[in-house]
Amino acid sequence: MSNHPKLPSEHHESPEGTWWIWKVFIILLVVTTVEVVLGIIKPAPLMTQLLGTSILNIIFIVLTLLKAFYIVAEFMHLKYERSNFIWTITLPMVILIPYLTFIVLTEGGYMNVFE
Amino acid sequence: MANEATLHKDSPLWGGGRQPLGVSYGKQMMWFFLLSDALSFSGFLTAMGLYRFKYEETWPVAENVFTHFPFMHGDAPLLFVALMTFILILSSVTMVLAVNAGHHMNRKGVILWMGLTIIGGFMFLGSQAWEWYHFISGDKGAMKMEDSTILYFSDMEGKIVTLHELVDGTPGAHGEHYYFTTEQVREAFTANGEVTLRNPGKTEETYSREEALAMMSNAEVVQGASLTENEYGHVLFADFFFFVTGFHGTHVLSGVILNIIIFINVIMGTYDKRGHYEMIEKVGLYWHFVDLVWVFVFTFFYLV
Repeated sequence: MSNHPKLPSEHHESPEGTWWIWKVFIILLVVTTVEVVLGIIKPAPLMTQLLGTSILNIIFIVLTLLKAFYIVAEFMHLKYERSNFIWTITLPMVILIPYLTFIVLTEGGYMNVFE
Repeated sequence: MANEATLHKDSPLWGGGRQPLGVSYGKQMMWFFLLSDALSFSGFLTAMGLYRFKYEETWPVAENVFTHFPFMHGDAPLLFVALMTFILILSSVTMVLAVNAGHHMNRKGVILWMGLTIIGGFMFLGSQAWEWYHFISGDKGAMKMEDSTILYFSDMEGKIVTLHELVDGTPGAHGEHYYFTTEQVREAFTANGEVTLRNPGKTEETYSREEALAMMSNAEVVQGASLTENEYGHVLFADFFFFVTGFHGTHVLSGVILNIIIFINVIMGTYDKRGHYEMIEKVGLYWHFVDLVWVFVFTFFYLV
Protein backbone atom coordinates (compact mmCIF):
# COMPACT_ATOMS: atom_id res chain seq x y z
CA MET A 1 0.00 0.00 0.00
CA SER A 2 2.99 2.29 0.19
CA ASN A 3 2.23 3.68 -3.28
CA HIS A 4 -1.38 4.52 -2.68
CA PRO A 5 -2.01 7.99 -4.12
CA LYS A 6 -3.90 9.10 -1.03
CA LEU A 7 -0.81 8.90 1.13
CA PRO A 8 0.49 12.26 2.36
CA SER A 9 3.20 14.14 0.57
CA GLU A 10 6.79 13.11 1.01
CA HIS A 11 7.88 14.96 4.04
CA HIS A 12 10.71 17.38 3.37
CA GLU A 13 12.03 18.55 6.66
CA SER A 14 11.87 22.16 7.67
CA PRO A 15 14.24 22.93 10.55
CA GLU A 16 13.62 21.16 13.86
CA GLY A 17 11.55 22.84 16.56
CA THR A 18 9.65 26.09 16.22
CA TRP A 19 12.42 28.70 16.42
CA TRP A 20 12.38 29.26 12.66
CA ILE A 21 8.67 30.11 12.80
CA TRP A 22 9.31 32.86 15.34
CA LYS A 23 12.30 34.04 13.34
CA VAL A 24 10.10 34.55 10.28
CA PHE A 25 7.46 36.22 12.46
CA ILE A 26 10.03 38.71 13.78
CA ILE A 27 11.21 39.46 10.23
CA LEU A 28 7.64 40.08 9.02
CA LEU A 29 6.91 42.21 12.05
CA VAL A 30 10.03 44.35 11.68
CA VAL A 31 9.51 44.85 7.94
CA THR A 32 5.87 45.87 8.49
CA THR A 33 6.88 48.30 11.25
CA VAL A 34 9.50 49.87 8.98
CA GLU A 35 6.86 50.24 6.25
CA VAL A 36 4.36 51.88 8.59
CA VAL A 37 6.93 54.27 10.06
CA LEU A 38 8.14 55.26 6.58
CA GLY A 39 4.53 55.63 5.47
CA ILE A 40 3.73 57.98 8.34
CA ILE A 41 6.81 60.23 8.28
CA LYS A 42 7.39 60.06 4.49
CA PRO A 43 11.02 61.25 4.66
CA ALA A 44 11.56 64.06 2.16
CA PRO A 45 14.80 62.64 0.60
CA LEU A 46 12.89 59.47 -0.35
CA MET A 47 10.21 61.37 -2.25
CA THR A 48 12.58 61.93 -5.19
CA GLN A 49 11.21 60.59 -8.45
CA LEU A 50 12.76 57.46 -9.88
CA LEU A 51 11.42 55.15 -12.62
CA GLY A 52 8.12 57.01 -12.73
CA THR A 53 7.41 56.82 -9.03
CA SER A 54 9.04 57.90 -5.77
CA ILE A 55 12.00 56.10 -4.20
CA LEU A 56 9.79 55.50 -1.17
CA ASN A 57 7.27 53.56 -3.27
CA ILE A 58 10.05 51.43 -4.71
CA ILE A 59 11.23 50.70 -1.16
CA PHE A 60 7.65 49.70 -0.23
CA ILE A 61 7.41 47.33 -3.18
CA VAL A 62 10.79 45.74 -2.46
CA LEU A 63 9.88 45.25 1.22
CA THR A 64 6.54 43.76 0.19
CA LEU A 65 8.23 41.26 -2.10
CA LEU A 66 10.59 40.41 0.74
CA LYS A 67 7.64 39.67 3.02
CA ALA A 68 5.96 37.67 0.25
CA PHE A 69 9.14 35.61 -0.13
CA TYR A 70 9.20 34.71 3.56
CA ILE A 71 5.50 33.83 3.64
CA VAL A 72 5.70 31.60 0.56
CA ALA A 73 9.10 30.05 1.24
CA GLU A 74 8.82 29.42 4.96
CA PHE A 75 5.17 29.52 6.04
CA MET A 76 3.86 27.84 2.91
CA HIS A 77 6.88 25.58 3.04
CA LEU A 78 7.66 25.95 -0.66
CA LYS A 79 11.40 26.24 -0.03
CA TYR A 80 11.45 22.67 1.25
CA GLU A 81 9.51 21.12 -1.61
CA ARG A 82 11.19 19.32 -4.47
CA SER A 83 12.72 21.75 -6.97
CA ASN A 84 10.52 20.73 -9.92
CA PHE A 85 7.47 21.60 -7.83
CA ILE A 86 8.98 24.92 -6.76
CA TRP A 87 9.47 25.83 -10.43
CA THR A 88 5.99 24.61 -11.35
CA ILE A 89 4.51 27.14 -8.94
CA THR A 90 6.90 30.07 -9.17
CA LEU A 91 7.56 30.21 -12.92
CA PRO A 92 3.95 30.99 -13.93
CA MET A 93 3.88 33.68 -11.23
CA VAL A 94 7.12 35.41 -12.18
CA ILE A 95 6.21 35.31 -15.87
CA LEU A 96 2.49 36.04 -15.84
CA ILE A 97 2.20 38.69 -13.12
CA PRO A 98 4.83 41.08 -14.54
CA TYR A 99 3.40 40.43 -18.02
CA LEU A 100 -0.11 41.26 -16.85
CA THR A 101 1.08 44.41 -15.10
CA PHE A 102 3.12 45.49 -18.09
CA ILE A 103 0.39 44.95 -20.64
CA VAL A 104 -2.35 46.63 -18.60
CA LEU A 105 -0.27 49.66 -17.67
CA THR A 106 1.22 50.27 -21.11
CA GLU A 107 -1.79 49.47 -23.28
CA GLY A 108 -4.15 51.04 -20.74
CA GLY A 109 -2.38 54.33 -21.39
CA TYR A 110 -4.34 54.68 -24.63
CA MET A 111 -7.64 54.36 -22.82
CA ASN A 112 -9.74 57.51 -22.64
CA VAL A 113 -13.05 55.91 -21.86
CA PHE A 114 -14.34 58.64 -19.59
CA GLU A 115 -13.17 61.69 -21.46
CA MET B 1 7.80 0.00 -11.04
CA ALA B 2 6.83 -2.71 -13.50
CA ASN B 3 5.35 -4.79 -10.70
CA GLU B 4 3.28 -1.92 -9.45
CA ALA B 5 1.90 -1.20 -12.88
CA THR B 6 0.67 -4.76 -13.07
CA LEU B 7 -0.73 -4.63 -9.58
CA HIS B 8 -2.83 -1.53 -10.24
CA LYS B 9 -3.81 -2.40 -13.79
CA ASP B 10 -7.55 -2.45 -13.07
CA SER B 11 -7.59 0.56 -10.79
CA PRO B 12 -8.72 3.90 -12.24
CA LEU B 13 -6.32 5.60 -9.82
CA TRP B 14 -2.73 6.38 -10.56
CA GLY B 15 -0.52 3.69 -9.12
CA GLY B 16 2.79 4.90 -10.38
CA GLY B 17 4.73 4.77 -7.16
CA ARG B 18 6.70 7.92 -6.40
CA GLN B 19 4.79 11.15 -6.82
CA PRO B 20 6.60 13.06 -9.56
CA LEU B 21 6.35 16.43 -7.83
CA GLY B 22 6.77 15.03 -4.34
CA VAL B 23 3.43 16.37 -3.15
CA SER B 24 0.07 14.67 -2.82
CA TYR B 25 -2.78 15.37 -5.21
CA GLY B 26 -4.70 17.49 -2.71
CA LYS B 27 -1.81 19.72 -1.82
CA GLN B 28 -0.81 20.13 -5.45
CA MET B 29 -4.33 21.16 -6.44
CA MET B 30 -4.48 23.64 -3.56
CA TRP B 31 -1.28 25.19 -4.90
CA PHE B 32 -2.69 25.40 -8.42
CA PHE B 33 -5.86 27.00 -7.11
CA LEU B 34 -3.81 29.55 -5.19
CA LEU B 35 -1.77 30.22 -8.32
CA SER B 36 -4.91 31.13 -10.27
CA ASP B 37 -6.23 33.16 -7.35
CA ALA B 38 -2.95 35.08 -7.19
CA LEU B 39 -3.45 36.01 -10.83
CA SER B 40 -6.98 37.25 -10.10
CA PHE B 41 -5.73 39.48 -7.32
CA SER B 42 -2.88 40.82 -9.42
CA GLY B 43 -5.45 41.63 -12.09
CA PHE B 44 -7.49 43.67 -9.60
CA LEU B 45 -4.50 45.49 -8.16
CA THR B 46 -3.09 46.24 -11.61
CA ALA B 47 -6.44 47.61 -12.76
CA MET B 48 -6.47 49.81 -9.69
CA GLY B 49 -2.95 50.99 -10.49
CA LEU B 50 -4.04 51.93 -14.01
CA TYR B 51 -6.94 54.11 -12.83
CA ARG B 52 -4.80 55.58 -10.12
CA PHE B 53 -2.29 56.83 -12.68
CA LYS B 54 -5.11 58.04 -14.89
CA TYR B 55 -6.90 60.05 -12.20
CA GLU B 56 -3.92 61.15 -10.15
CA GLU B 57 -5.32 64.62 -9.28
CA THR B 58 -8.51 63.29 -7.74
CA TRP B 59 -7.25 59.94 -6.48
CA PRO B 60 -7.37 60.16 -2.67
CA VAL B 61 -4.24 59.84 -0.56
CA ALA B 62 -4.77 56.94 1.86
CA GLU B 63 -3.66 58.99 4.88
CA ASN B 64 -6.61 61.31 4.37
CA VAL B 65 -9.04 58.41 4.14
CA PHE B 66 -8.16 55.85 6.78
CA THR B 67 -7.51 58.02 9.78
CA HIS B 68 -9.46 56.41 12.60
CA PHE B 69 -8.19 54.23 15.39
CA PRO B 70 -10.59 52.91 18.05
CA PHE B 71 -10.59 54.94 21.30
CA MET B 72 -8.01 57.33 19.92
CA HIS B 73 -8.58 61.01 19.24
CA GLY B 74 -7.37 62.87 16.23
CA ASP B 75 -5.88 61.52 13.05
CA ALA B 76 -3.95 58.26 13.25
CA PRO B 77 -3.31 57.29 9.65
CA LEU B 78 -2.07 53.77 8.85
CA LEU B 79 -2.15 52.60 12.48
CA PHE B 80 -5.36 50.63 12.19
CA VAL B 81 -4.33 48.81 9.00
CA ALA B 82 -0.98 48.12 10.62
CA LEU B 83 -2.87 46.46 13.47
CA MET B 84 -4.93 44.44 10.98
CA THR B 85 -1.73 43.32 9.26
CA PHE B 86 -0.27 42.34 12.62
CA ILE B 87 -3.38 40.26 13.47
CA LEU B 88 -3.21 38.44 10.14
CA ILE B 89 0.53 37.74 10.39
CA LEU B 90 0.07 36.45 13.92
CA SER B 91 -2.74 34.13 12.84
CA SER B 92 -0.44 32.88 10.07
CA VAL B 93 2.16 32.09 12.73
CA THR B 94 -0.34 30.11 14.81
CA MET B 95 -1.31 28.24 11.61
CA VAL B 96 2.32 27.19 11.01
CA LEU B 97 2.49 26.08 14.63
CA ALA B 98 -0.66 23.99 14.07
CA VAL B 99 0.91 22.37 10.99
CA ASN B 100 4.05 21.75 13.01
CA ALA B 101 2.05 20.11 15.81
CA GLY B 102 0.30 18.00 13.17
CA HIS B 103 3.62 16.64 11.95
CA HIS B 104 4.21 15.36 15.46
CA MET B 105 0.69 13.87 15.62
CA ASN B 106 0.09 16.15 18.59
CA ARG B 107 -3.69 16.55 18.61
CA LYS B 108 -3.84 18.88 21.63
CA GLY B 109 -1.28 21.16 20.00
CA VAL B 110 -3.22 21.27 16.73
CA ILE B 111 -6.43 22.09 18.62
CA LEU B 112 -4.77 24.94 20.52
CA TRP B 113 -3.04 26.55 17.52
CA MET B 114 -5.94 26.10 15.10
CA GLY B 115 -8.29 27.55 17.69
CA LEU B 116 -6.08 30.63 17.97
CA THR B 117 -5.91 30.89 14.17
CA ILE B 118 -9.71 30.93 13.97
CA ILE B 119 -9.89 33.63 16.65
CA GLY B 120 -7.34 35.67 14.68
CA GLY B 121 -9.48 35.28 11.58
CA PHE B 122 -12.55 36.59 13.38
CA MET B 123 -10.55 39.50 14.79
CA PHE B 124 -9.44 40.44 11.30
CA LEU B 125 -12.99 40.24 9.93
CA GLY B 126 -14.22 42.39 12.81
CA SER B 127 -11.54 44.99 12.12
CA GLN B 128 -12.46 45.04 8.48
CA ALA B 129 -16.14 45.55 9.32
CA TRP B 130 -15.14 48.45 11.56
CA GLU B 131 -13.07 50.00 8.81
CA TRP B 132 -15.81 49.60 6.22
CA TYR B 133 -18.28 51.20 8.62
CA HIS B 134 -16.12 54.31 8.98
CA PHE B 135 -15.33 54.41 5.28
CA ILE B 136 -19.02 54.23 4.35
CA SER B 137 -20.16 56.72 7.02
CA GLY B 138 -17.59 59.26 5.94
CA ASP B 139 -15.06 61.34 7.75
CA LYS B 140 -14.38 64.93 6.74
CA GLY B 141 -17.00 65.48 4.06
CA ALA B 142 -16.43 67.10 0.67
CA MET B 143 -18.13 68.87 -2.24
CA LYS B 144 -19.13 67.33 -5.54
CA MET B 145 -18.71 69.76 -8.43
CA GLU B 146 -20.99 70.00 -11.43
CA ASP B 147 -18.75 67.59 -13.38
CA SER B 148 -18.77 65.10 -10.43
CA THR B 149 -15.21 65.97 -9.39
CA ILE B 150 -14.74 65.81 -5.64
CA LEU B 151 -13.00 68.73 -3.93
CA TYR B 152 -12.07 69.07 -0.26
CA PHE B 153 -12.42 72.22 1.83
CA SER B 154 -9.06 73.51 2.95
CA ASP B 155 -7.39 76.60 4.28
CA MET B 156 -5.29 78.68 1.91
CA GLU B 157 -2.23 76.46 2.52
CA GLY B 158 -4.11 73.31 1.55
CA LYS B 159 -4.72 71.88 5.04
CA ILE B 160 -8.04 70.03 4.97
CA VAL B 161 -11.00 71.65 6.74
CA THR B 162 -13.80 69.28 7.71
CA LEU B 163 -17.46 70.10 7.16
CA HIS B 164 -17.96 70.21 10.91
CA GLU B 165 -15.13 72.71 11.33
CA LEU B 166 -16.53 74.80 8.51
CA VAL B 167 -20.15 74.89 9.64
CA ASP B 168 -19.76 74.64 13.40
CA GLY B 169 -16.27 76.04 13.92
CA THR B 170 -15.25 73.07 16.10
CA PRO B 171 -13.76 69.67 15.13
CA GLY B 172 -16.77 67.75 16.52
CA ALA B 173 -16.76 64.78 18.87
CA HIS B 174 -14.45 61.96 17.84
CA GLY B 175 -16.05 58.94 16.20
CA GLU B 176 -19.37 60.72 15.69
CA HIS B 177 -20.75 61.23 12.22
CA TYR B 178 -22.47 64.53 11.44
CA TYR B 179 -24.48 65.29 8.36
CA PHE B 180 -24.96 68.71 6.82
CA THR B 181 -27.13 70.06 4.02
CA THR B 182 -25.69 71.74 0.96
CA GLU B 183 -27.33 75.05 1.97
CA GLN B 184 -25.72 75.01 5.42
CA VAL B 185 -22.30 74.35 3.95
CA ARG B 186 -22.60 76.89 1.15
CA GLU B 187 -23.72 79.56 3.62
CA ALA B 188 -20.82 78.83 5.96
CA PHE B 189 -18.38 78.81 3.06
CA THR B 190 -19.55 82.17 1.75
CA ALA B 191 -19.22 83.65 5.24
CA ASN B 192 -15.71 82.31 5.88
CA GLY B 193 -13.05 84.05 3.78
CA GLU B 194 -10.25 81.82 5.06
CA VAL B 195 -11.50 78.67 3.38
CA THR B 196 -11.10 77.50 -0.20
CA LEU B 197 -11.31 74.27 -2.21
CA ARG B 198 -8.50 71.85 -3.07
CA ASN B 199 -7.93 68.70 -5.09
CA PRO B 200 -7.99 65.48 -3.07
CA GLY B 201 -4.95 64.07 -4.88
CA LYS B 202 -1.37 64.16 -3.72
CA THR B 203 -0.64 67.38 -5.64
CA GLU B 204 -2.82 69.17 -3.02
CA GLU B 205 -3.50 71.90 -5.55
CA THR B 206 -5.75 74.63 -4.10
CA TYR B 207 -8.11 76.94 -5.96
CA SER B 208 -8.29 80.68 -5.44
CA ARG B 209 -11.15 81.97 -3.29
CA GLU B 210 -12.92 83.48 -6.34
CA GLU B 211 -12.72 80.26 -8.35
CA ALA B 212 -13.93 78.31 -5.32
CA LEU B 213 -16.91 80.62 -4.78
CA ALA B 214 -17.91 80.28 -8.44
CA MET B 215 -17.63 76.50 -8.32
CA MET B 216 -19.58 76.29 -5.07
CA SER B 217 -22.76 77.65 -6.63
CA ASN B 218 -23.48 74.38 -8.44
CA ALA B 219 -21.79 72.00 -6.04
CA GLU B 220 -23.41 69.67 -3.54
CA VAL B 221 -22.29 68.11 -0.29
CA VAL B 222 -21.03 64.50 -0.33
CA GLN B 223 -20.57 62.63 2.92
CA GLY B 224 -19.48 59.05 3.09
CA ALA B 225 -18.79 56.62 0.28
CA SER B 226 -20.77 54.18 -1.79
CA LEU B 227 -20.35 52.60 -5.21
CA THR B 228 -21.65 55.77 -6.87
CA GLU B 229 -20.35 58.57 -4.65
CA ASN B 230 -17.17 59.01 -2.68
CA GLU B 231 -16.31 61.94 -0.45
CA TYR B 232 -12.62 61.01 -0.41
CA GLY B 233 -12.01 61.58 -4.10
CA HIS B 234 -12.53 59.73 -7.35
CA VAL B 235 -15.47 57.33 -7.14
CA LEU B 236 -13.37 54.50 -8.58
CA PHE B 237 -11.27 54.59 -5.43
CA ALA B 238 -14.33 53.58 -3.41
CA ASP B 239 -15.29 50.96 -5.99
CA PHE B 240 -11.84 49.40 -5.85
CA PHE B 241 -11.80 49.63 -2.09
CA PHE B 242 -15.08 47.73 -1.76
CA PHE B 243 -14.17 45.27 -4.46
CA VAL B 244 -10.57 44.42 -3.57
CA THR B 245 -10.85 44.45 0.23
CA GLY B 246 -14.25 42.80 -0.10
CA PHE B 247 -12.86 40.03 -2.27
CA HIS B 248 -10.02 39.57 0.17
CA GLY B 249 -12.44 39.61 3.10
CA THR B 250 -14.51 36.92 1.37
CA HIS B 251 -11.34 34.84 1.19
CA VAL B 252 -10.72 35.40 4.90
CA LEU B 253 -14.31 34.41 5.68
CA SER B 254 -14.11 31.20 3.65
CA GLY B 255 -10.71 30.52 5.22
CA VAL B 256 -12.24 30.84 8.69
CA ILE B 257 -15.08 28.49 7.70
CA LEU B 258 -12.62 25.92 6.29
CA ASN B 259 -10.52 26.23 9.44
CA ILE B 260 -13.59 25.62 11.61
CA ILE B 261 -14.55 22.50 9.63
CA ILE B 262 -11.02 21.09 9.94
CA PHE B 263 -10.91 22.13 13.61
CA ILE B 264 -14.03 20.05 14.30
CA ASN B 265 -12.48 17.13 12.43
CA VAL B 266 -9.35 17.43 14.56
CA ILE B 267 -11.41 17.37 17.74
CA MET B 268 -13.29 14.31 16.50
CA GLY B 269 -9.99 12.54 15.87
CA THR B 270 -10.46 12.16 12.10
CA TYR B 271 -6.80 12.71 11.34
CA ASP B 272 -5.57 10.40 14.09
CA LYS B 273 -7.64 7.65 12.44
CA ARG B 274 -6.31 8.61 9.03
CA GLY B 275 -2.77 8.43 10.36
CA HIS B 276 -1.62 11.87 9.22
CA TYR B 277 -2.53 15.54 9.59
CA GLU B 278 -1.95 16.61 6.01
CA MET B 279 -5.35 18.32 5.88
CA ILE B 280 -3.99 20.95 8.27
CA GLU B 281 -1.24 21.69 5.74
CA LYS B 282 -3.80 22.16 2.96
CA VAL B 283 -5.98 24.62 4.86
CA GLY B 284 -2.75 26.16 6.13
CA LEU B 285 -1.67 26.88 2.55
CA TYR B 286 -4.96 28.65 1.91
CA TRP B 287 -4.67 30.63 5.13
CA HIS B 288 -1.13 31.78 4.38
CA PHE B 289 -2.25 32.81 0.92
CA VAL B 290 -4.89 35.07 2.48
CA ASP B 291 -2.09 36.65 4.52
CA LEU B 292 0.07 36.95 1.41
CA VAL B 293 -2.65 38.77 -0.51
CA TRP B 294 -3.19 41.14 2.39
CA VAL B 295 0.51 42.04 2.35
CA PHE B 296 0.03 43.25 -1.23
CA VAL B 297 -3.31 44.95 -0.58
CA PHE B 298 -1.71 46.74 2.36
CA THR B 299 1.10 48.04 0.18
CA PHE B 300 -0.90 49.06 -2.87
CA PHE B 301 -3.95 50.44 -1.07
CA TYR B 302 -2.51 52.09 1.99
CA LEU B 303 1.20 52.72 1.51
CA VAL B 304 2.05 53.49 -2.11
